[in-house]
Amino acid sequence: MRSWLLALALLVPTAALAAEGHPTLPASKVETGGDSLYVLDGKLTDQDGKEVTLANFRGKPVLISMFYATCPHACPMLVSDVRKIDSQLDPALRKEVQVVLVTFDPDRDTPEALAKVREAHKVDKDRWTFLRTDPGFVRELAAVLGIRYRFTPDGAIGHSSVITLLDRDGAIVSRVEGVRQPADDIVRKLNAMKK
Amino acid sequence: MVRIAAGEHVPIYPPSPEEAVIPMKAFEIDRHPVTNRDYLAFVTKHPKWRRGQVPRLLADRRYLEHWKGALELGPDADPDAPVTRVSWFAAKAYCEANGKRLPSENEWEYAAAASATSPNGRSDAAFTAKLLEWYSKPTPKVLPRVAQGEANFWGAHDMHGLVWEWVLDFGSTMVSSDSREDGDPDKMRFCGASAINAGDKEDYAAFMRYAFRSSLQGPYTVGNLGFRCAK
Repeated sequence: MRSWLLALALLVPTAALAAEGHPTLPASKVETGGDSLYVLDGKLTDQDGKEVTLANFRGKPVLISMFYATCPHACPMLVSDVRKIDSQLDPALRKEVQVVLVTFDPDRDTPEALAKVREAHKVDKDRWTFLRTDPGFVRELAAVLGIRYRFTPDGAIGHSSVITLLDRDGAIVSRVEGVRQPADDIVRKLNAMKK
Repeated sequence: MVRIAAGEHVPIYPPSPEEAVIPMKAFEIDRHPVTNRDYLAFVTKHPKWRRGQVPRLLADRRYLEHWKGALELGPDADPDAPVTRVSWFAAKAYCEANGKRLPSENEWEYAAAASATSPNGRSDAAFTAKLLEWYSKPTPKVLPRVAQGEANFWGAHDMHGLVWEWVLDFGSTMVSSDSREDGDPDKMRFCGASAINAGDKEDYAAFMRYAFRSSLQGPYTVGNLGFRCAK
C-alpha cells in the first residue's frame, strides 16, 4: 500500500490565503470540462423564499461561489471580486451572466437574512441570487466546487474562497481560488461565451 | 450498530487552540464497514448509483471497477468483504438511503481510538504497534470479510486493519490555517512540523489517516477505501 505516501505528498495546500481575523482553508482541486453540475438535484431556497434547483440557471453563464452572511472579511471581498470580473465583461454578455452565491450557514442565513445581504451589496437583482439549502447539500456542493469549510467554536466558518464559472450547460470551465486573485482566465472564457 | 458513549475526544490535529479537547455526544456507528452485499442491495434499489449510471462529477471512472458487472459482484468482491471503490458522494447517499449519515471525522476518530479493552488505546504501545503493522502490509487483491477479528471496546469491528473509511468532513480539519493562531501557520499543515505539537505523538497511525483523508476529493474511489455509517 503506497496510498498514504501519495497522501503525504499531496498535503501541500494550494492558495491558502488568510484574511485578517478570518480562518481560511485551502481549496481542493477540481477538474474542469467534466459533467454538468445540473445533475445535482438538491433543493435550494432563494432570498425571496422561492424554491429552486441549480438547473434553473441552465442556458446562461453562471459565476457560482459560497459564502455566509455574518462573515466579516473574506465574503465581502468575494463579492467585490465577483463585481470586478463582472466589470470586465462585454456589456451584452454581462446582461446574461448569473451570479449565484450559496451560504454555508443555512441556520442563520434565512431568506430574510439573504435578502438583506443582497440589499446591502446593492447588486443587480435580476442577475444575483443568494441561496440557502440543507446542510447535507451544502457539503455536496462544496465538494463539487472544491471548497473546504469548517465551523469553528466561536461561530465563524473557516472556508476556502473559490469563484467558479459554469458554462450554459452547467459544466465547470474555469475557477479562481483565494481572494483578490487574478481572474483573467474566467474573464477571457466568459467573454468567449458571447453568442 | 453499536453505541459510542459520550465523552471527550482529543484530536491528534487540534484544528484550533480552542479545539484541543472536543466534547462528544453519544452516537451510534455501524458494527463493521458496509459490505459488497449491502452495497449491491443499495444499487439494485437505486439505479442512479449503479456503475455506468453515476455521473463522473460524483464518482470517478474506477467506481466499483472490481465488481463483475453493475449488479454482479464476481470473484474479486466477496459479498461479506467491505465495499471499496466508492466515492464520498456514493457513501453519503448510501447512508442517507438507510436513514443514517456518514460519521464526522471526530466521531470516527473517537470511536477508533478504542482498543479491545479501553475506550482510549492511543497510549497503549501494543495497540498502536498493531495498527502500524497494517499500514506496512500491501492490500490484498480480494479483501477479506468484515468482523473476523476482535471487536474494540465499543463492539465495533475493523476500525483498523481492513480498509480506510470515508468521513463526512474529510479533509477539512487538518489543513486549517487560522490567522488567529500566533506563530507559523505552516505548523498545522505539515506532518513533520505539526508532529511536535500533536496531541499524542505515539499515535503515528492517526497521522497517516489525517494525511490520507486530506488528500481525497469527493469523486475519488480507491481500492482500499470503504465506509460505515453513523446515526
